[in-house]
Formats: sequence, structure tokens, C-alpha cells
Amino acid sequence: LHSGGSTSRISSQDRLRVISGHLHQRAQDGHAAVSAQECKAEASRANPAKAAPVPKRRHDIMKWNGWGYSDSRFLFNKKGQAEFTGKRYRLSGLILPSLKDWFEGTFGANLQHKSPATPALNVSAVPPPNLNESFVEELKAAGVALSQEPEDRVFRSHGHCLHEIFALREGRISRVPDLVVWPSCHNDVVKIVELACKHNVCLIPYGGGTSVSSALECPPEETRSIVSLDTSQMNRILWIDEKNLTAHVEAGIIGQDLERQLNESGYCTGHEPDSMEFSSLGGWVATRASGMKKNIYGNIEDLVVHIKMVTPRGVIEKSCQGPRMSTGPDIHHFIMGSEGTLGVVTEVTMKIRPVPEYQKYGSIVFPNFQQGVACLREVAKQRCAPASIRLMDNEQFQFGHALKPQVSSIFTSFLDGLKKFYITKFKGFDPHHLCVATLLFEGDREKVLQHEKQVYDIAAKFGGLAAGEDNGQRGYMLTFVIAYLRDLGMDYYVIGESFETSVPWDRVLDLCRNVKERIVRECKERGVQFPPLSTCRVTQTYDAGACVYFYFAFNYRGLSDPIHVYENVEHAAREEILANGGSLSHHHGVGKLRKEWMKEAVSTVGLGMLKSVKEYVDPSNIFGNRNLL
Amino acid sequence: RVYPALRPMTTGIGSSTPNPVLKKRDDFEDVLEERRNSSDLRYALRCYTPALYKGLVPCKASMLKSIVLQSDSLQYVVGQSREAVQEEAALLLEEMAHRLQLGTIRFFAFTLSKAFKALFRGVCVNEEGIQRLQQAIQEHPVVLLPSHRSYMDFLMMSYILYTYDLALPVIAAGMDFISMKFVGEMLRMSGAFFIRRSFGGDKLYWAVFSEYVKTMLRNGYAPIEFFLEGTRSRTGKSLTPKTGLLNIVMEPFFKGEVFDVNLVPVSISYERILEESLYARELLGVPKPKESTSGLLKARRILSEDYGSMHVYFGHPVSIRSLAQGHISRSQHNLLPRHIPQKPTADTQAFVNDTAFRLVRLQEENMVLKPWVLLATLLLQNPDGMDLSTLTEQADWLRRLALAFGAFLDWPDHEPCSKVISSSLALHKNLVCVSGGRVRLVVEELPGAESATEEAGFNRAVSVLSCASYRNQILHLFVRPALIAVAMQTANCSRKDEVFNCFNFLRNVFSNEFILCPGAAVQDFEEACYLLGKCGAVQELQQDLVMSQSGQTTLAFLCSVLDPFLQGYQVVFHTNTQKYRYVHTFTRFNVSTCVMILITAYTIKSRQTSPHSVQPLCAVFEVFSLLILSLTKSTKRSNKVPEKRTGKESDSVLWSTLKAVCVKTLVLI
Repeated sequence: LHSGGSTSRISSQDRLRVISGHLHQRAQDGHAAVSAQECKAEASRANPAKAAPVPKRRHDIMKWNGWGYSDSRFLFNKKGQAEFTGKRYRLSGLILPSLKDWFEGTFGANLQHKSPATPALNVSAVPPPNLNESFVEELKAAGVALSQEPEDRVFRSHGHCLHEIFALREGRISRVPDLVVWPSCHNDVVKIVELACKHNVCLIPYGGGTSVSSALECPPEETRSIVSLDTSQMNRILWIDEKNLTAHVEAGIIGQDLERQLNESGYCTGHEPDSMEFSSLGGWVATRASGMKKNIYGNIEDLVVHIKMVTPRGVIEKSCQGPRMSTGPDIHHFIMGSEGTLGVVTEVTMKIRPVPEYQKYGSIVFPNFQQGVACLREVAKQRCAPASIRLMDNEQFQFGHALKPQVSSIFTSFLDGLKKFYITKFKGFDPHHLCVATLLFEGDREKVLQHEKQVYDIAAKFGGLAAGEDNGQRGYMLTFVIAYLRDLGMDYYVIGESFETSVPWDRVLDLCRNVKERIVRECKERGVQFPPLSTCRVTQTYDAGACVYFYFAFNYRGLSDPIHVYENVEHAAREEILANGGSLSHHHGVGKLRKEWMKEAVSTVGLGMLKSVKEYVDPSNIFGNRNLL
Repeated sequence: RVYPALRPMTTGIGSSTPNPVLKKRDDFEDVLEERRNSSDLRYALRCYTPALYKGLVPCKASMLKSIVLQSDSLQYVVGQSREAVQEEAALLLEEMAHRLQLGTIRFFAFTLSKAFKALFRGVCVNEEGIQRLQQAIQEHPVVLLPSHRSYMDFLMMSYILYTYDLALPVIAAGMDFISMKFVGEMLRMSGAFFIRRSFGGDKLYWAVFSEYVKTMLRNGYAPIEFFLEGTRSRTGKSLTPKTGLLNIVMEPFFKGEVFDVNLVPVSISYERILEESLYARELLGVPKPKESTSGLLKARRILSEDYGSMHVYFGHPVSIRSLAQGHISRSQHNLLPRHIPQKPTADTQAFVNDTAFRLVRLQEENMVLKPWVLLATLLLQNPDGMDLSTLTEQADWLRRLALAFGAFLDWPDHEPCSKVISSSLALHKNLVCVSGGRVRLVVEELPGAESATEEAGFNRAVSVLSCASYRNQILHLFVRPALIAVAMQTANCSRKDEVFNCFNFLRNVFSNEFILCPGAAVQDFEEACYLLGKCGAVQELQQDLVMSQSGQTTLAFLCSVLDPFLQGYQVVFHTNTQKYRYVHTFTRFNVSTCVMILITAYTIKSRQTSPHSVQPLCAVFEVFSLLILSLTKSTKRSNKVPEKRTGKESDSVLWSTLKAVCVKTLVLI
């Protein structure tokens, strides 16, 4: 079914444009320059070539109480049709005719029943800052940019957990940082940390703010002044080493900027987590992030060559850039996943690769989820996984279908009908069981085509039918707009969240079934009126297992405390994951949300080890976000 | 175990103990009624489209076998020495597997309709239970757990499920049936799969068997039916549950292979048991007739007799997931591939055991009691017979007491008491007779020979034991209050903690005799106290438990309920210690029980009842048969372990002991 190599380079560039978008009208030649000069805070900021892609006042371009850019959002127009506003995405400006029916049918929601958010931040509801005056004075003297504006502080008081966003939409503000500082280079950070130690101030590093583990929440029991250390202004690529294929980058850079700037030199890191539009390099390191294309490029731990981190004890880094070392336990592994509890990652040397010549999407339809999983397992076994391979279950397939934009010609709709007929009637796939794998191939054109054939041959053994590039591409789009969709749901009494795990191959099916069913059962027991959306996809394959990603959402009309219900259900789902042999987290991290299970996850001794590191590195708990331990 | 913090009545009950009397039960519907009014043939040929499990993996019975043989867990056991073992496994599976066919079911539906109509006045089923079951079958794999009193049980189960258009079960049956020509295969085709009664250390057999059951469960192939009690209870009392199969059906849940499993206890009660006198003879040492087709044909004379009505009560489905919540950590299986057999942990074992007891209790609670059960209880307490009027009066009193204790009594409300009693007596005329206004047990007259004292005694014992098997049906209702009644007498002091200690002691003594959930002593005590308080027999004060003025009759009655068992244990114990010195056989049975018996014997010495009355004797037989059963088991198991004494020898020693006791006591009657 897949239409031959119609798209190639065009689509790959297209896609990059899709995810990167443009934040500002900026000088086109400006960011091409890669600087290796020493940090001169004021000087670099004065230089127009260094125009920051992420402004200090983030709320100018981004929502203060929802996901992403202010100009991009889903809404139901007067005709009751869904549309996506703005110009940044491929979906922008398009009508999505089937979303309304899917939305109402899946959640029992009704467009008449709205639950709008508080339109603007009520500044008076923000608690006044609890400032450590002498700290502030010395910071100012050192020339570090800072702010105590309520908007800035509120923006950095949360990640994107459902309960955090829900509270903001209702205008509820809890403990927020008392001060925001913007270091512009490594040395600024050293200064800030020194001063924080001197004046006993609590520091919370802030990168992209896309955390979904309550990691950015200010601990309510914290009595010291809390300072949010925003790394967004440390965003330069300091050098590129083409001989060793590495790049040295400041850790505040966000994913799309890093990728775009490297692309201009003909390189990429290939690290593309779903949040790459907003998440930062430092954040990836601090949470052990995983990218969609890890099959080619590896996860963050495979990508970093060198890390520099500022801790209360001083700066930690290795003395060379050897590709592998046997020098005791790898100190990088104390840093990766430390979730801001030990210090601030300031600079990272990363592997880079030439931008691939050719990129191609693809998709495969399977008669059921079991067959799909069996196929992914076989692909992993033969170690021939494409850059990305993901398997959506039936619910998610239907969800993806609801996001199909209006078709322009009768011919296309006729073709769609024909495809549907072929799959359901001729091949006998049950539309309520079939599921879809989406693929992304990358590399030399010839190799990609060869690779593609190999994968489709394996799929055929498991009853899979190639289903075209379009379906594949739409599948990946879903991950970038899902967070925007959550905001739409919240306008109509629907709340939802995603969570993930990793699990050995033999347990994938059991875990998926049990967790989905547990969610349904818990919702029912807790008085949720309409069956929830409970869906999953296998998003990564490994030699010995897979990463599974769950979405769950429900209509909360009739519930007095929806967030409480939601939290209970999520808690139960996590318990179910652990009981079925899944991990506490594959890439979201622990934060404060999953802290209670850490001991179970790594054993008492393991936790003790981590605690002793914290004890040595940060005895007065300057990095006091209280994540992880 | 010490009774913790003795609380006064007001706080002790209500909050912690659900009032057992308020148990709401469903109404019954007679499934034979329609059979009597419409064509059996049409019924047997009607369209059968049961609702299926939502996660069903469709597969044929033959495919099932290959899935089992290919499974990782079986391959693991087969190991390297492949082919020969694999072949053996295939043979075992061939011997075991069912071949469920609708055609056979239809044949049975037809013939059983005829048979049931001849045997029973009615077969009453709770429809609400059927509806719950239908729901349960669609949601999760279902395990049906009927009580086992008769060969009829599993035929009846499949018959009812067919009648209500429910998925037909696959049934774990003993190998005994397979030796029946033709019939064995018929049963196989109606869903029975056959398992050896014991296979101790045979790992391959265990692997084939457990994988077969688990595969059917995981795929939602069909509801799985087996008998928790393991075998038909010959005494009318529930047997202590066997946990082997229960362990197997729970494992897929523990290992996360299914989301949940529904366990459905089913209580099947007979007004008159088909095997009535057969059982009594078996208890007296006459070996069980071997299952054979000719035997079955010979037994067709039972078709001409009236067996009253029977009741089948489908209990509420019990979710393993809910039960295991907080008791079992499923993550304990995270670190080992799941196909590698793992010995269940102590926690798991305790949980499974506890669940098994709970389920048997649920079966007991929903057993329908017929008026005859009350009459049998009274008649056995008056071995010389009773005046009809006294019997009527006392039966009425007992009826009220039983109802106060929450009995599920099928006593026709609109009929006068005397009528109910006379029709009950009429149905059981083979056991009782009324002559000159007196009711007494029937003893078969021997054709003249005075010499056969022994045989006369034997016959007498048969009718007493038959009668006892009906009396025993009510024991589950009275046993806990009765233990308190005896404890109050024995304690010689009204302090609650003293009474509890005695109660707990007796409870341990009888732990293999009655269904007493392990570890539930406190709960049982409180529940029984509540019941006794409610019927006005005792008063619970701050520290004391005292008999109320009107409680004398009730407590005396309760004591006499337990009396035969106390004395039975006593006799057994004396016989064994003094004459035959087989204490060592006892120790293998249950060390603590024997020590307890020893002490009980002396503790209750003060009680002046003749140790040679018929009553305790019945209990002796019961106790002995239990003993034999468990001993034969343990010796069979120990065959694998090198040991000097072989199973055969110990068996024969025991049989001779039993015979000696029988003869001795029978002569004394």
C-alpha cells in the first residue's frame, strides 16, 4: 500500500521545520555563527548575533497555564469543528472534521459543557517573594540577570504534570520561587552557586520546564529563599570538532535550536525527545532523557562524551574526552539522572553525526496488538530497528485517525475508503482490534530502501500490511500535538496525562493489558461517569525489552475532586506497572511524583549509595528541590 | 495464641464482624419445571450461543494441546533430552485432555433431563447467581468451585450451564472414571479432563497438567471447574480443601498473565443423597465399588426412588485480585523468567490456603438445609427414638435456633410443622420409621440368624452413619457456638479470656474436622459470641461471658452437637495409645492434633457420658476415615523418599487397627 519513494529529502526538512518552528523574527544569518569565545556576560548579550531563542520573559510567547506557544492551540470553532490555530505546525490553520465526534464519543463530553481556564494570572494571588537580601545584593554586584516579577516566578514554579496545569487554570498558586536568575555562562553559575552556599539559599535549576514528575515544584516545607536558576541564556554551541564528531554546547540550549544550528553546519545530534521543541540539553542530562531516534543515535547516556557540572563542592568533570574509560564507576552516571539535586550541568560535549541524506516515514497495519508486539520483538531480535519504530494500540490508532485533516479532493477520500475496505473486508482485519506501527528510516537512500524492505518482510510474517508514509508521519505528529490537545480537553471537563515504563519483552503484552484495564477499573470504582481513554504504545525497542507509553484521560463531570481521583488512578497504574515487572520510569524520571517507590526500585542499599553522594556533594542541601531521594 | 484485648460486646461486634444472620440470599427457580412441560428433544437440540470471555483467544481443543506442548514452561521441564520426553509429555496430555463437543453435551442434555426428572422433584437454581456468573464469564476467566457430595455434581453443573446458555466448563475429574468403558470417553467429550489422584514427584506430569490448566485459563478457553474438597465428602461435612489446583489457577494472576480471575463458589445440596448408604459402608471399611459401566447400569434401580429436590446456589464471584490486594506482591516474580517453575513462597501458600478455606466456608453458607437435617440431628441425640410429638416440638425449637444463627433453611412456611415433619420422615423411610407414635432409626431385619450379632451391629452402624451424614450438614452452622458452649463448661470460670483459651484449644483440636479458617480464631469467637448473645443464651459482660437464665437448653444442645466428636477423638486416642500403640502413625497425621486430643481426653473426663454409645462411634469412623485418607496420601508421597516402612504396610496396619476398633465396638452396642 505504501506509495513508493515519493517523499525524501523534502519531507525530512519539512519535518524539521515543523518541529522547530520560528519563535522570533530573527536575523537569518545571526545564529549561524558558532562562537568559541570566553564568556563575557554583558558583552555576549549585547551582541545581536546571540539573540536568545528563548526569551527571559517566556510568558511573552508561551502559555502561562498550558502547553507550548500562545499562538498555537486547538479549539472548536462556531461550527463545532476542531481547528488548530497559529502558523507553526503542519496542522496549523487546518480543520480536523472528525475530532469532535471522536472527542464526544470517547469521553462522553459535550461541547455545551465548558470548563474554561482563568484567562490571566492574578498577580495579587502570587505570594510576595521571600528574599535573602544580601544574596540578591551580591548577585547584582556580580552582574547576573535576575527578576522577582510574579509572572517570571510563577512560570518557573511548575512543570507540566496535570495537577500543576490544572491548578494554574483554576488560578491557584502555591509556593513559587522567590527569585529567578539567568546565568549566561558557566562562570556565572559558579558564582551563583558560591553565593547560594554562602547565604544558604535554595537553588532549583530550570531548563525547559517540561518536567512531568513534579520535579520543579517548590517543596512547601522549604523555609529558605528559593531561587530558580534558569539556564535558557546559556545556549551557545561553543565549538564543533569535525575530526572527532563532537560538539561542545552550553547546557541551556533547547532541543530544536541545537538541532537547527547543527544542521546549518551539516550535522545533527539525532537526539529527539518528544519535548524537543522546549526541553533543554541540561534537562536531558539531568533526567536521563531518551530520544525518538535512539536506535541510530542512542539515548542521552550514549551521546554525551563530557559533562561539566557545578556543585556546592565545586566543579565536577573528567580530564579527557576518551570515548570509554575504566576509571571506577562512571561519574557521569552520578550526574545523569540526578534531577537537579547535586548541581547545575553547564556544558556538555556531545557526539554529532552528519545530517542523514535521506529520511522516510512508513507505517504497518497489524490485525491486532499481539501480532504487532511480536513483530517489534522480531525486529529488535534481528537488530534491524529503523531510526524509530512505534506501535500504537487500537484506541490510539483511532485517536490518530480523528486528527486527520479535512481531505481536499473526492479522489483522496475515495482512496481512503478503498484502503479501509481492503484492510477490513478483504484482509479481514477487525477495525476494533487492528493497530498500527509507525516507522522512520534514516540514512543513505539505498540503505534506507533496503532496510525498509527488510522490516516490511518481517512485518509480513506477523500479518502486517504496509500502510503508507502518510499514516506514519501523522503518527509522529500526534506526539507533538498531544500536549496541546490536553489543553483542549481541559476546556471541556476532560483531564489526562501520559506516563511511561520499560519492561522485558515477554511481559509487554501482559503489562499493557493489565495497566489499561487497571485504569478503567480504578476510574469506575472512583465514580468516573464515563469509561476513560486508556491507551498505550510501544515507543522504543531494545535487545531485552521495550519502552511502553500510556495515555489516559477521562471526563470529570460530576466529580467533586477530579485531581484527587486522577492522582489515585495514576498511582494505581504505577503500582500495576511495578507489579507486572515494569520499571519506575524509562525517561520521565522520578522527581517528587514517583519518589515513594525509589527504595523498592533500587533497593535500600542502592538508595543509601545515592544518598551518600548527595550528602558529600551538597551537605547543606543547596540544591533543595527534593527530587529523587 | 492469646485472645487480644478483650472488648465488651458493644464494640466487639458490629464494627468488626458482619452480622452473619443478615446475609441476603437469592430466590430459587426450578429448572425441571420447564422440562416437565416441553420437549426434551427440542431442548437438547436448541440453539446454544453462550456469551464468551471478552479476551478469548479462539482455539480448538486439539490446538490447545499443541500450545501446551510448545509452551516455554513445558519445554523447560522437557529439557535437553528432547524427543523421548516430549513424546511422553504428548502421551500424558492425550490421557488427560478433554474433547469437549457440543454433540455429546446435547446427548447428555437429553438423557439427563429424563434421569433428573425421574430422580428429583425439582432442581432449584438461583437465577441471580446465574446472571452474575454470566457477567463474570465475560469479564475475566472464571473458575467454578462446586461442593462435592455426589457423582451427580458435575453432571448437574454442566446441565445447568447448558440450560442457561452459559459457557460450558472443563472439569477436572479423577482418573477413576477413565476406566469406565464408553462412559469415560463420554465424560471426556462433555468437557472432563482426567488427572491422576497422586503424582507426587513426577515433574513432567505436574508440568503438563498445570500448563494445560493454565493455558485454558489464560486463553479464556472455558470456565474451569474443579472440586476444592478433592473428593466426594462421605460424611456430609465439608472436607478441608486441597490447594493444588487452586494454586495453579491463581498463578496466572500472580504472574500478571491475566488481569483477574473470578472464583465462583457453588453450593449443591441434596435432600437425599444418591450414594447415602454407599458412603456409610465405605466409612465402615467396605471398599468403594470401582467405577465401572456395568456398575452404573446396575445402579439404575435408583431411578425408581424419590430423592426429593436439590438446590444449586451460585455464589458471588470472588475476585482473586481483590483478595490478594495487600497480601501478595506480584513483583516477586519480576526477576525470574515466568516459565521457570517456582515454589510458591510461604506468603503465597498461606494466602492460597486461606482463600481455599474461605471459599469452602462460602460453599457451606449457601448450602440449603432441609427439615430432615434438623430431624436427623435430634434423632441422633436420642438414639432410643423419640415421641413424634416431642420430635415435632423440638424440631420447631431447633428451627428457630437455626434461623437465628443464619441458616439457609428450606422450610415450607405455609405448612404446619407436623406436616413438614411427616413428609420429611416419609422421604427418608429407609432410615427412620414411625411406629406407635415413636420415631426411631430403621435397622434392617436380618433373615432370622441370631448368630450374626456382628452383622446386626454393622447394619445399625450403617443407618446411624447415614443419618449422621445429614446431621453433619448443619454442623457448619453450630460448630463455632458449640465450641464456645463446650469451652464455657470446660473453663470452669466465666472470664472471657479463659473461655477464649479453651475455645481456641478446641478449635485447634478440630482443625481437621471442621472448616475453621486458619488464623481466624478471634473472628470466629466474636461471631459465635454475637450469635449466642443474640439468641439469648449468653450475656457478654465487660470481662465475662456468662450463661443467661434461659440459655441452659441452647447451650446443652450445642454441647451435645459436639459431643460425638469429642468422644470420638477420645475413643480413638485411647484405643491407639493403650492397645495398639500407634501414636507414631498419629504423629504423622498431625502432631499438634494428637497432643491436643490427649489433653482434651483428660480435660473433659468430668463429662459422664458412656464412651460406648453409638454417637461417638460414628465419629470414630469419621475420624478414622479421615485419618486413613490423609495417611494413605502421606505415605504415597513419601514413597519417593527412601524410607524403611513402605506405604502398603502402614496402610494395612491401619486398616487392621480400624477393623479391630470396629469389631470391638460393634459388639459392645
